[in-house]
Amino acid sequence: MKKHLLSIDDLNAQEVIEILDTAFQLANISDGATKKLPTLRGRTVVNLFFEDSTRTRISFESAAKRLSADVINFNAKGSSVSKGESLKDTAQTLQAMGADAVVIRHNASGAAQRLADSGWISASVINAGDGTHEHPTQALLDAYTIREKFPEFKSDFSGLHVAIVGDILHSRVARSNVLLLTKLGAKVTLVSPPTLMPVGISAWPVEISYDLDEVIGAVDVLMVLRLQSERMAASYFPTEREYSRGYGLDKLRLDSLKKSAIVMHPGPMIRGLEISAESADSHRSVVLNQVANGVLVRMAVLYQLLGGAALGGTSAQIDKSGDSREVSA
Amino acid sequence: MQITIKSARLLDGQVVDLVLENGVISNIGSDLKFGKIVDVGSNLLIPGLVDLHTHLREPGREDSETVATGSMAAAKGGYTAISAMANTSPVADTAGVVEQVYRLGQEAGFCDVFPIGAVTQGLNGKNLAELGAMANSSAKVRIFSDDGKCVSDALLMRRALEYVKTFNGIIAQHAQEPSLTVGSQMNEGIVSSKLGLTGWPAVAEEAIIARDILLAEHVGSRLHICHLTTAGGVELVRFAKSRGINVTAEVTPHHLLLTDESVANYDPIFKVNPPLRTKSDVAALRAGLADGTIDIVGTDHAPHPLEDKDCEWQSAAFGMVGLETALSVVAKSMIDTKLFGWKELVDRMSIAPARIAGYTNHGQEIKVGAVANLAIIDTDATWKVERHRLSSKSKNTPFENIELPSKVVHTFFNGRHILDGSEILNGAGN
Repeated sequence: MKKHLLSIDDLNAQEVIEILDTAFQLANISDGATKKLPTLRGRTVVNLFFEDSTRTRISFESAAKRLSADVINFNAKGSSVSKGESLKDTAQTLQAMGADAVVIRHNASGAAQRLADSGWISASVINAGDGTHEHPTQALLDAYTIREKFPEFKSDFSGLHVAIVGDILHSRVARSNVLLLTKLGAKVTLVSPPTLMPVGISAWPVEISYDLDEVIGAVDVLMVLRLQSERMAASYFPTEREYSRGYGLDKLRLDSLKKSAIVMHPGPMIRGLEISAESADSHRSVVLNQVANGVLVRMAVLYQLLGGAALGGTSAQIDKSGDSREVSA
Repeated sequence: MQITIKSARLLDGQVVDLVLENGVISNIGSDLKFGKIVDVGSNLLIPGLVDLHTHLREPGREDSETVATGSMAAAKGGYTAISAMANTSPVADTAGVVEQVYRLGQEAGFCDVFPIGAVTQGLNGKNLAELGAMANSSAKVRIFSDDGKCVSDALLMRRALEYVKTFNGIIAQHAQEPSLTVGSQMNEGIVSSKLGLTGWPAVAEEAIIARDILLAEHVGSRLHICHLTTAGGVELVRFAKSRGINVTAEVTPHHLLLTDESVANYDPIFKVNPPLRTKSDVAALRAGLADGTIDIVGTDHAPHPLEDKDCEWQSAAFGMVGLETALSVVAKSMIDTKLFGWKELVDRMSIAPARIAGYTNHGQEIKVGAVANLAIIDTDATWKVERHRLSSKSKNTPFENIELPSKVVHTFFNGRHILDGSEILNGAGN
């Protein structure tokens, strides 16, 4: 695997599958007696968060800790960054403290790539969400969850139909998922009002629809995106209620899904807006599986970036005994 | 002091010697030898280039450029006249500031520095600046622009266009409808949709151009469109000219060569306003410059210190330096592609801008008695742009390590030898 994970575009289909397989093996191991693996002992993972995101931060933190890495959480709010320190200085400071990997969440699209390309630091960079660009580990955990629920799709998602509904324009989750799901062969339909789709969407390998009801009965996976409150004031749609009527997953729409279909949401959910409480709590909802799988997938990513080689076929190849540096040799 | 330029090739292929004396061309012939001899080895002699769009940052941001360093960069790029945009700090919206900039240019002495006055006070877009006072000052301002910002209020734009008729002034519009470009980071299109950067749609430029063309027609005034970037904008200007509306238009060298594909790795060196557009826009701009729809090339030389580019895209400043690469980039975009020849390049980069601005000592026919504002170009040379060799105080060129055709090898300003090879001779003291 490459040194960084900045975009799903950094991975080919086989590398995606390798990460998912690694996560699966890690799941088997950590379900057993050993919750914690010594793989990354002595390594330092920095969570560099310029945006509030407790969930993603905790997920990365627990992934790193389960691999025995040291974790430094750097929350940029209220720190020297808010006093005008640059991303460059912050990153170099953390590097000087010995970071082997930097997990970055930033409100600027491309911030992770800048960190990786600029020569400021030599650590591995993992994009934990950059502006409205990408959130690659979210797409990986979503794919993992889909595989878990549809065991018939192993490494080829041909025949699977996924609809993503909501604010596509501003969604890094949507961008990463479109790249990943289409890479694996799934059919993806994006559903939102035209105001919430980017102008260049015609070049994306997806179908688009402005009508959720037209699409909903045909899909295997319905991925509902969070609607951020700042969109309300900007006239992307007339009112919250009108949005909810047109694109919210209410009981009626939930019932029109195929029997086998699942409902996903990257969280945090706004119940009653993009998703009703019944839908969020229904047996179709895999939201909590997504959260659990997030830790596994992030473990797999850290393992592959910092540990080196992929795990290969069997869990026996995971070194349970000692320093991960030997594994990577 | 006399200078003899030996073996200069004119546009018609003739090779001649010229004598410069007391600031003018005093003799043109062969076997001339008076005073200092500068043998230019049959390289091309053209009138010095004229830029109507230069950000010199002084007063206020002397850390990124000064009038002196900017005019030195201009001389290296073959320019003998540049026009200092008004968005300094304080803004060039009073006679005092424009006179200061003009005086700094004279003192530096590398080229003429003609200040552009702000249209509105402090570029606030609400109240007209004292246009008359600037016009009547020793800087004799004729071009007014809020560049960096659009004069978006239609009524104010109308008034500005009307008002400058008193002294045959011109309003240079930065065409960007602000409500359509809130938070915009790059061209809106396929690339922005993938990168998740807020788009700057072509229509935001075109809407203002369309409106201002109609306003200029209505009040019978002179309008200049700064840095045109869109195929639609070119069409609108073509339409306006066909209707006889008094509009001129400008394109930057970087918009003739680069596209929004350059943004793909989020390197802010490619962040500029208006943004880099698509391949088809570039093709339309080149065609427009070739057929004269676009009258001139303006550099939009926009220096920024390293820290304003060595950061994430969203935090970075908009702008690129361009004076030292302009001629070569235009040669690459237009001459290497056979869209036009050197005669047209000289028109778009010297004669036409001088005519539009009324810079009567520049962009003139090369003949005895003309003011000696000249440049010599090695049209066979290729050179690689190297940031650290730029004379501009800021190094934010998007052409680092790019090989470009044609090199400016000498500049003469008011009969003085300013650029010799890659070396700047003393300015005013020379």
